[in-house]
Amino acid sequence: MILELRDVYRTHGTGAAAVHALRGVALGVRPGELVAVMGPSGSGKSTLLNLAGGLDRPTQGGVYVEGKLLGELSKRQLAALRRRSVGYVFQDLNLLPSLTAAENVALPLELDGMGVRKARRLAVSALDEVGLADLGPRFPDDMSGGQQQRVAIARALVGDRRLVLADEPTGALDSQTGEAVLRLLRARVDAGAAGVLVTHEARHAGWADRVVFLRDGVVVDTSGPLAQAEELLEPVP
Amino acid sequence: MSIRHGLLALLERGPMYGYQLRAAFEESTGTTWPLNIGQVYTTLSRLERDGLVRPLPENDGGQRPYEITDPGRSELAQWFATPISRTDRPRDELAIKLALALTTPGVDVRAVVQSQRTATMRALQEYTRLKSRETGTPDLPWRLVLDAMIFQAEAEIRWLDHCEASLMRYPPPPPKTTPAPAPDPEHSEVTHS
Repeated sequence: MILELRDVYRTHGTGAAAVHALRGVALGVRPGELVAVMGPSGSGKSTLLNLAGGLDRPTQGGVYVEGKLLGELSKRQLAALRRRSVGYVFQDLNLLPSLTAAENVALPLELDGMGVRKARRLAVSALDEVGLADLGPRFPDDMSGGQQQRVAIARALVGDRRLVLADEPTGALDSQTGEAVLRLLRARVDAGAAGVLVTHEARHAGWADRVVFLRDGVVVDTSGPLAQAEELLEPVP
Repeated sequence: MSIRHGLLALLERGPMYGYQLRAAFEESTGTTWPLNIGQVYTTLSRLERDGLVRPLPENDGGQRPYEITDPGRSELAQWFATPISRTDRPRDELAIKLALALTTPGVDVRAVVQSQRTATMRALQEYTRLKSRETGTPDLPWRLVLDAMIFQAEAEIRWLDHCEASLMRYPPPPPKTTPAPAPDPEHSEVTHS
């Protein structure tokens, strides 16, 4: 299990003003598994993702990444784990405009103390993986929205990230480009990562192995695991 | 849609006999719409009666190919040129089911919505998996049919989300146990499919 949430509660505020963002959520994600979390605004799906990535702490319950209980890690250990094990793709790409695509992708590795040359080499191969092998020297402002999104994905996947967290990763992309982004995410998960995809679009959640429905901070239903696809091709009696 | 127009479109490629037509039909709909051979022959005999196809002499294997006629071609051209009217499609059983769930005592509408959404989501995951297996050059007719099912499933899930939001906003009153007065017969017809 790469990610595990055990009976997680997250409450903002106290007393009468308390907002219960998550109430007793349990979720496990294995290597090679992509889990989509769907729910309306305010259902707790972004809170869930922030907890999974160590960007927020649960009020109660435990979040484990690769077997480590995040609450027991020091700030430094947590920061290192976030840089090394977790990749994030957010709707807001957060690409630095003054750095080239390759520099943006290499940045987390360099921050982690990796040598520049090695970090660049890994960045180039991550860009190659998302189909942007030739655009490494280009600046984000000189790229299309779809290309920028792919750079953000390359940055999330660079190095050996075992957990990929995506929050509406297709943003405002058109349906073809959005599909390409999901294919990439799917491919990375098929190669052994664990993925969590937060989305309100069912068509995107369709790429997941399991879909978790959140309502008011509670998991109300789960769809999956899947039947074998071949069964769909059987003739109808 | 009619199998009738499907067969006319296939015969426009060239003469074919029953089993060939069935195989070609299933292939061009991405095997999402299986036909039995009986349906093919029934449809062919109606097309022949209407003068839209004509039988050719049997071949050595004892199969009788059919070819499209000129009136058949204009019927086909007309079909491609005419948008499909939404009222020609079978009535939506799910919408009717939810409407009835609202007015039937003892039915938890939100549970009906949720279980349908999970089932439709699973179908959507399965279609997407079929799609993700495709590598290299896409098989366009197959992709098109698969995408149609994906977008339809997505639309259904969005509509179910919308229903759920409406239910929270306007909680339904407890259903009456006495039947309402008989409705206008014109609107009371139930789907036959």
